[in-house]
Amino acid sequence: MKKIATLLLSAGLVATATQALASSPEEDLQKFRAYFQEKFPGLKLDDFGNGAYALDESKRLQWESMEEFPPYEEFVDKGREIWEKPFKNGKSFADCFGSDPSKVRVRYPHWDAKTKQVVTLEGDINKCLKENGEKPFKWKKGPIAWLSAFFGYEARGQKINVKIPNDPDAIKAYEHGRHFFYAKRGQLNMACADCHVKYAGHFIRGNLLSPVLGHVTHFPVYRAKWAKKSKNGDGLGTLHRRYGGCNKQVRARPFKAQSKVYRDLEFFHQYMSNGLTINAPGYRE
Amino acid sequence: MTKAKQRFSALAGSLVLLTGLLVATDALAADDAIAAGKKIAFDRKKGNCLACHQIEGGTLMGNIGPPLMVMKQRYPDKAKLRAQIWDPTRNNPRTIMPPFGKHRILSEKEIDLVTEFIYSL
Repeated sequence: MKKIATLLLSAGLVATATQALASSPEEDLQKFRAYFQEKFPGLKLDDFGNGAYALDESKRLQWESMEEFPPYEEFVDKGREIWEKPFKNGKSFADCFGSDPSKVRVRYPHWDAKTKQVVTLEGDINKCLKENGEKPFKWKKGPIAWLSAFFGYEARGQKINVKIPNDPDAIKAYEHGRHFFYAKRGQLNMACADCHVKYAGHFIRGNLLSPVLGHVTHFPVYRAKWAKKSKNGDGLGTLHRRYGGCNKQVRARPFKAQSKVYRDLEFFHQYMSNGLTINAPGYRE
Repeated sequence: MTKAKQRFSALAGSLVLLTGLLVATDALAADDAIAAGKKIAFDRKKGNCLACHQIEGGTLMGNIGPPLMVMKQRYPDKAKLRAQIWDPTRNNPRTIMPPFGKHRILSEKEIDLVTEFIYSL
């Protein structure tokens, strides 16, 4: 009897999974938002951009006082300096990204129909350097995070607006990212969705788990944990640096920053926060 | 009392003493196992049970899983409790609880000790 029940149950699960695969990104997004708005009825859509701080009053007060004199400001300024400094060939980042730095962040990530892949902001920063005969930055922190944080800062107030074109390859990349997000991983056998969908708002030891809705608005992020590890108080890191950290925490082997798997994950992850206001860089514990 | 009888009662006496000792050692061993299990359960790099469960005596406890209390009523069969720690995905494939035995997060001996501790709650 129990076996039959289990069989039926797993058949049910399979059916749900197949159905879910058949849904379009737009439908996914609607269901996704509805889930979080039902789970946290007191929050407005934009509140989700504040992560766990939107859920806990005392944590929010501490965080707001940190944001009054934000420790990331000097690194955003370094990003601005990088933006303004011409390359050896006389050109500059403006030749790659256009002259208005506030118009950059909202274009990423996007699908490139020619190369058939997801293009990220960090990917294009290094592409620009290489094309101009400059040495590319390291992927996860330092100058790449400063410049990306500067673009985010300049774009504050604009909305995340990722487009998934109706191209089978683009949908495939999106589905790949989505699958990664929901799949169990690592020795601890946890999915991104376990903590950030199912148990968002619960405590894992002393940490309040943030909802995935709104995750990306504040990236690159300035983490107190990373600042402590660095010599100069630089706690800035890119989204892919965080992905690697999350994978390590569930005792999975992290993928390389800007690898296809993380770019596809970013495609899904950022798309799910469409319509939320960019507030990068943000301070987090 | 014949010599044989004397010997017999002496033997019986020491047997009683020995049994008493063994029982005491057993009780001590059980207490030790519970204490050792608690250490593993509370260790962040081992069981890290407090990440998700509330357990008496813990601090900064999570609230993802149910509080661990009255365990003998919830798991009259200790073997079932052990099996749940060893691989909770057998009961629920989508559980967030790590399969401590199946993925070798803890050794078989460590799982025995953790089971003793959890069972004592």
